[in-house]
Amino acid sequence: MTKPWDATSEHLLRELAPQVLGSVARRFRDFSSAEDAVQEAMIAAFTQWPQEGVPENPRGWLIQVASRRMTDQVRSEIARRQRETAVAKDVETMAPVDEIESDMDPDDTLILLFMCCHPALTSSSAIALTLRAVGGLTTAEIANAFLVPEATMAQRISRAKQSIKASGVPFRLPSPQERAERLPAALHVLYLIFNEGYASSIGAHLQRLDLAREAIRLTRGAKALLPEDGEVAGLLALMLLTDARRAARTGPDEELISLDKQDRTLWDRAEISEGIELLTAALSKGSVGLYQLQAAIAAVHDEAARAEDTDWPQILALYELLKRVSPSPMVTLNHAIAAAMVHGPSKGLELLRTLDTDARLAGHYRLDAVRAHLLEMVGDYESAIKHYRIAASRTTSIPEQNYLMTQAACLAERKLS
Amino acid sequence: MKYILMMNTMRAGQGVPQWDQKDLQAHIAFMIGLNKGLRQSGELVSAEGLSFPDQAKLVRAGTDGVPITDGVFPESKEFLAGYWIVDVDSPERAYAIAAKVSAAPGPGGTPLNMPIEVRPIMSGPPPEML
Repeated sequence: MTKPWDATSEHLLRELAPQVLGSVARRFRDFSSAEDAVQEAMIAAFTQWPQEGVPENPRGWLIQVASRRMTDQVRSEIARRQRETAVAKDVETMAPVDEIESDMDPDDTLILLFMCCHPALTSSSAIALTLRAVGGLTTAEIANAFLVPEATMAQRISRAKQSIKASGVPFRLPSPQERAERLPAALHVLYLIFNEGYASSIGAHLQRLDLAREAIRLTRGAKALLPEDGEVAGLLALMLLTDARRAARTGPDEELISLDKQDRTLWDRAEISEGIELLTAALSKGSVGLYQLQAAIAAVHDEAARAEDTDWPQILALYELLKRVSPSPMVTLNHAIAAAMVHGPSKGLELLRTLDTDARLAGHYRLDAVRAHLLEMVGDYESAIKHYRIAASRTTSIPEQNYLMTQAACLAERKLS
Repeated sequence: MKYILMMNTMRAGQGVPQWDQKDLQAHIAFMIGLNKGLRQSGELVSAEGLSFPDQAKLVRAGTDGVPITDGVFPESKEFLAGYWIVDVDSPERAYAIAAKVSAAPGPGGTPLNMPIEVRPIMSGPPPEML
């Protein structure tokens, strides 16, 4: 019995990918080969199912195909090395798929997430591996999203798998202590995927929709696995509350529109209410973390019907908390903006001066951009223009560069009139 | 046939162009429209804008292989500002695209007529050599 292939089938395949991989990796105790075998099973499904229909038990089908592939691999390995028969016996006595089916463990997906977000991996490797193993994306799709050749991405993924193998981390659920250590890294990877999609650091496209959406989908998955964790909920809320502004964030020529000038009627109300609901539930549990605070700041912006209705004193208070929980020059920078909105631009400029000696931010365009903005507020157009132009010459994002140059040109005209 | 179209305009220390808002926006819209058109016609392989020359460094390996970096000299005549790689049917088509880029609007909407360097990109060996 099969079902016809339809619009939901592709989604189903992506949902099943991490479950199948978790199950196969646990059964064969080899993450790296299991990952390849599951990719092949996925490709087989993508080519066969649209014609032959979706099997009645799609997960069983995928596990079966991937396991057969693994068994073939192990057998040829044995033949090649003429190994002892003990391993071959192991393969033959392996439980049939039906038995594994009942043995499915939702935690397998969680183990996968922790494994892919291994701290030993560089963030670009962790991102690629997470998208493939947990997200079920093909190498070609990931390569496309990052605008790199497929061969480059394939190499990046295979190197990542080698690093995991070399690290000797077994495929099992981390202890509560390990979990506490690993979760921040996993959340950070999901956050980076979202950011990569939302504010691409390379090239002319400001928003790469698919990656942002994929990050939200993965974080939803993480939330389902760890429903009690406040930071997972906080991260999902942050993504939703930020993504809600997507349609308003760029103009017809892909130009950047700043928060205060966005058409707020274009904001996605459903995403905003879902984000606020998640955040409220998370905050009621007590602990306040980095992502919850950032989500709370995004929520205050989203709740203002007009830019001038923004509750800046509340945003300022949230940045002060954030500065304590997770101090960084970027937080100080945003704190200065909030302080300027509450206490006037001179206060903001005063706070910025504390960053002038910070080596982590030296020469960074954001410092010049914020300074220019505050100088504009004070009415010192000449200095503002100068700093907008310095910022424009330092950013590596074309949309941002266009925005900053336009700001400078706009002020130059206002100065004359 | 693949060609690289190189736009050489900026000099170090010159910073961003100081044009009117209207002129600036017309220029930006032109460049975005040009890339969109090349993407739609299936001719665009890649296009990148480069950061300003003040961020450029000249790098050379020292005798021990350690990189020696040097600032970029402001007296250098020209800097690469950006490039397009296009895959087109004829050299004439590559020249036509380059002419279009060259005529991007500047102050007052007047075409800049910037020099665009067009060079064929070397390809793999011909089939009879394989």
